[in-house]
Amino acid sequence: MNNGGATIDRRLSEAEIAEILEDASHYTQKSGASIEALKIVQKHRGWVSDESLKQIADLLDMSVDELDGVATFYNLIYRRPVGRNVILCCDSVSCWMLGADRVREKISERLGIGYGETTPDGEYTLLPIVCLGACDHAPVVMVGEDLYHDVDEARLDQMLNKGA
Amino acid sequence: MQTPLTKNIKPGRDFATLADYRATGGYEGLRKAVTSMESLQVQQVVKDSELRGRGGAGFPTGLKWSFVPMGENAPATKYFVVNADEMEPGTFKDRVLMEEDPHQLVEGIIIGSYAIRATSAYIFLRGEYHLSAERLAAAISEAYDQGYLGKNILDSDYSLDLYLHTSAGRYICGEETALLNSLEGKRANPRAKPPFPQISGLWGKPTIVNNVETVCNLPHILYYGLDWYHGLGRGKDKGTKLFGASGRVKRPGIWELPMGTPIREILEEHAGGMQDGYRLRGFLPGGVSTDFMLPEHLDVPMDFEAIAAHGSRMGTGTMIILDDRTCPVEFVLNVERFFSRESCGWCTPCRDGLPWVVAILEDLIQGKGRPGDLDLLHHQTRMMGPGNTFCALAPGAMEPLQSALKYFRDDFEKYLRRPVLAEAG
Repeated sequence: MNNGGATIDRRLSEAEIAEILEDASHYTQKSGASIEALKIVQKHRGWVSDESLKQIADLLDMSVDELDGVATFYNLIYRRPVGRNVILCCDSVSCWMLGADRVREKISERLGIGYGETTPDGEYTLLPIVCLGACDHAPVVMVGEDLYHDVDEARLDQMLNKGA
Repeated sequence: MQTPLTKNIKPGRDFATLADYRATGGYEGLRKAVTSMESLQVQQVVKDSELRGRGGAGFPTGLKWSFVPMGENAPATKYFVVNADEMEPGTFKDRVLMEEDPHQLVEGIIIGSYAIRATSAYIFLRGEYHLSAERLAAAISEAYDQGYLGKNILDSDYSLDLYLHTSAGRYICGEETALLNSLEGKRANPRAKPPFPQISGLWGKPTIVNNVETVCNLPHILYYGLDWYHGLGRGKDKGTKLFGASGRVKRPGIWELPMGTPIREILEEHAGGMQDGYRLRGFLPGGVSTDFMLPEHLDVPMDFEAIAAHGSRMGTGTMIILDDRTCPVEFVLNVERFFSRESCGWCTPCRDGLPWVVAILEDLIQGKGRPGDLDLLHHQTRMMGPGNTFCALAPGAMEPLQSALKYFRDDFEKYLRRPVLAEAG
């Protein structure tokens, strides 16, 4: 994705294929591993391109359309390039009552992006998310795999400077 | 007061390791079950415990299990699946159990699997719970090393493999048949019932799906026995429950308390009452798909039937507090937007009805409401009510709306009375 478009190998790597086949062994049908397979490729590449999708479908004995139907159903599978860090802003009711809208506005102001957008430097993508299961610390935001509690201005600084 | 589910969760300790877990009787319930009891005996104990599902619906766990074919003529392959797709807004209990005492869940899974003679078990974990995934994966691996999983568990004739599946989003995955489709690698649309999963579930095989907190009860029921378990509750329901509160209370959090603990005690003693400057307007007792209750209901015990008698459901038992400075109509709009976004789109009332409800509420709040809107909203609550949709998502979505229309009618009408309305429409 954000490597200047230069050297990413379009073929799935041996490591990716091995991980996918290992996971497929947990299921009676290989297609059972479709979501994990998409996540494995996404872990390595940041998102799932059409080329990757075709190769995963071949590995799992699925049609491309069937797998794309799966990929586009789940909001944590990215079929378009995303930033190195995806910011997931909880907008469910407990966070909303405690100022989630304001948090989202602040993030948008700081980064110059709205929902579904990526910063020009490829660092951040901003997305809404349902309840992250930490309502006693609302509002919460997840950046990459890190969950931030009780998000206020100070927390925002900490959150957004970490990856930079 | 006993807190079996959270006794290993201690301040200043990251999480309970295998050694910590075993130090308080961990894996002894499993040992007792697989070395001295038949599977059907385990089922009977759980049935007699009167444990009810903690995922929201409150279905009796032993009864759910009893529909799984057992004995020599039963299918050779059966599955035990844990619903760890915690995504009901306002709910934050299963995450704590998984992060802080992962072995408790693993032991519960093995006991539940043994009870129905499952051949494989899966944990269906929501994708955002990274720390839970890490700790559960480590706990599973340790359980294999200790002979609690794999071939001939604790030298018995019972064998089981347990896999961790991390999901990729969508609230609908928490619906049990949608979850099974998702676990099969498909879109998470719900399935028609019957057949029920106990007969034809994952890949058409008999399957049990139980919630994390439900499963965490099993080791204790097996180890400490029925008399002990029946002594835990304060009301009609048995055992303890993780209750919680979020919103404008002084100390939002979760607490393991006896079933039947009065709501007032949870809100006032444990959550510390309302924040200064805020008054209690109402609350959803257990997630966004439960009906509002009012301050006049504070003395109702948190028991499945007691809450139902007041027109709501205990749901997940984690309450969302509506304060007097939050507009109930905007609150409901937030909730309906959530449901509308999370509808899987499979059946028409839900796919088309929920965005319609959102549009009506948005118009209302923006001063573009029309006479008859409230009747239309009320009509929607019936059109998307139980029996008219493929699964429980839309009926759940209608619960806060229908109760808000009943209890906070003035707040809705206030928007219609605005002078700007004369020109709107």
